[in-house]
Amino acid sequence: MTQTVRSERALRLENLTRVEGEGGLLVRLEDGKVKEAKLNIFEPPRFFEAFLRGRGLQEVPDITARICGICPVAYQMSAVHALEATQGIQIDPAIRSLRRLLYCGEWIESHALHIHLLQAPDFLGYESGIAMAQNHRMEVERGLRIKKIGNDLVEVLGGRAIHPVSACVGGFYKVPARSELQALKSHLEWALEASLEVVPWVAGLRFPNFQPDYEFVSLTHPTEYPMNEGEVISSRGLRLKVAEYERVFLEEHVAHSTALHSVRADGGTSYFVGPLARLNLNLHLLHPQSRKAAANCGIHWPSNNPYTGILARAIETVYACEEALAIINSYHPPERARVDFKPRRGDGCAATEAPRGLLFHHYRVDEQGLIESAKIVPPTSQNMRRIEDDLRQLLPPLLQHSDEEIIQACEHLVRSYDPCISCSTHFLKLRIERR
Amino acid sequence: MADTHKSRLAVFKFSSCDGCQLSILDLEDELLALSQAVDIAYFLEARSTALPGPYDVALVEGSITTQHDIERIREVRADSKYLVTIGACATAGGIQALRNWKDVEEFTRCVYATPSYIDTLHDSTPISAHVAVDFQLNGCPINRYQLLEVLTSLLLGRLPHTPAHSVCVECKRRGTTCVLVAHGTPCIGPVTHAGCGAICPAYNRGCYGCFGPMESSNPDSLVHQLQANGSSSAELVRLLRNFNGYADAFRAASEALEKRPQ
Repeated sequence: MTQTVRSERALRLENLTRVEGEGGLLVRLEDGKVKEAKLNIFEPPRFFEAFLRGRGLQEVPDITARICGICPVAYQMSAVHALEATQGIQIDPAIRSLRRLLYCGEWIESHALHIHLLQAPDFLGYESGIAMAQNHRMEVERGLRIKKIGNDLVEVLGGRAIHPVSACVGGFYKVPARSELQALKSHLEWALEASLEVVPWVAGLRFPNFQPDYEFVSLTHPTEYPMNEGEVISSRGLRLKVAEYERVFLEEHVAHSTALHSVRADGGTSYFVGPLARLNLNLHLLHPQSRKAAANCGIHWPSNNPYTGILARAIETVYACEEALAIINSYHPPERARVDFKPRRGDGCAATEAPRGLLFHHYRVDEQGLIESAKIVPPTSQNMRRIEDDLRQLLPPLLQHSDEEIIQACEHLVRSYDPCISCSTHFLKLRIERR
Repeated sequence: MADTHKSRLAVFKFSSCDGCQLSILDLEDELLALSQAVDIAYFLEARSTALPGPYDVALVEGSITTQHDIERIREVRADSKYLVTIGACATAGGIQALRNWKDVEEFTRCVYATPSYIDTLHDSTPISAHVAVDFQLNGCPINRYQLLEVLTSLLLGRLPHTPAHSVCVECKRRGTTCVLVAHGTPCIGPVTHAGCGAICPAYNRGCYGCFGPMESSNPDSLVHQLQANGSSSAELVRLLRNFNGYADAFRAASEALEKRPQ
């Protein structure tokens, strides 16, 4: 229930809608100034890092997938790469390509979901994608079909779209036959053309004029748009190995907040992860059609406008279709589906690019291959502080408006980050404020 | 204006990953038709407008882990004609029920810097531990076509057709070689409820029980066979304690193993 209560100049949105998971917003005003703006997370904690201890390392990708039903592949990918680092395993290049292909499927389905069902309704003034379909049926049906093709890709590689079963430490339990992937080609070609039409449609939306001074953070790679590996860079000149991540970024506990916020360790400042950060920092690594779509969409990149995140998702959808087709065209089943290994004691971490941004995992494994410690830093937790900083900047010019308009503006902004509250929960501070 | 002839559907979430309610949005070919056939009155992930009850059908995702959840599920029950649990969290407590065998205070200290901020119950419990449930849909995640079948049947006033046999039958139907017999791979498919389509054996691995125990299963007997094949008690406890580990049959089998380590 979306409920606005104005009492002692406090605006409260009980339930954020069209996001994954459950959270609310609390804005407190004092003498016409924004005293407090916070995201309240009331999604209960699930304790993944705690119960992963003592589990076998090969069980981890199956368990971490259950952190998030929208981006299970991301949790499987960061987990297998981090665990391979603990074991000193080098995966075969063909396996690396297949993992990239699996990730393409998840990017396509997750981005299509966010664009069409979660965020476009904000721009066009509808309360849902379904309501939007009454007047924009073609666009919604096109988006759903693109989404379905992303899901189909995950299903072929992983058996099912949600919590696929094929990824494992060392490679895959099973790799697809060439013919299975060839069968997807015509669908992906359609999705590429369709997503090229989505870009101008999304570019034609009215983006509110709001451009904070962000530090964008993402992975980067010498030769490819970042997904499964690379160094961490930022728009303010950071460049570091993933192994140095915990030295440069830390999770800060703030007394007034319900959430642990990731911040720069040196200055305590917030940063921004996700498709907009990736695109801004890796524009030169797009394939020809997505690069052309980005150049011609009428937005000057890099963009500091968070609302253009929807456009970054549309452009990345084009890219993911191009990349998936390139991988399928050159695919021959590898000789072995996975590297065999005997478990050993080890410590390792990895970061991959989930649909919502950088996802960091760090594990310690004992000599029997059982997990000693696990640390998971989801993208939404990293954006949490940044979203609150944005809200404080967004609100002052809006204070003359009605409660409902203010709340709508806040929700629109929060949804532009595509926050996944289920993801960040096992890790967010929980405090239910009842008054 | 709301069409008074349409059945009213509501989707509620408790402690979970969102995957089962996402299955509704993953019905890409059927979603717009579904939204015309029923009035989706409450579904926070999909729409901003939340209409109050009563509802004809409530789909409930997630397990109960806070005192507030207990109050909320009672309200949902009171507001709903049919209450259907969707997925392993709602039906069996989910992966977060692993805490039920541990010290949740220690878990809280492990994950959170300031444990005093955390409001949580000791156990993660299924919806049926708190209110009457009309139908349970298994799976982690649920099979979206089974969900469509359940909705269709409730709206038509007939019983849903969801198979009650084990994953083994689905394997045979799919023509998959038995990974347990042929390769000695530990697999709990023989005691696991059908519904996934026997994906894991088709991907060269053993079933890990996403759809929970099938009715009248005999996990102790399977455990005996898996031990004879060389699996240790510790490995088998972990295999039984996944997303449906707190379901009665799996729980009893893993607890029996812990009492008699071999």
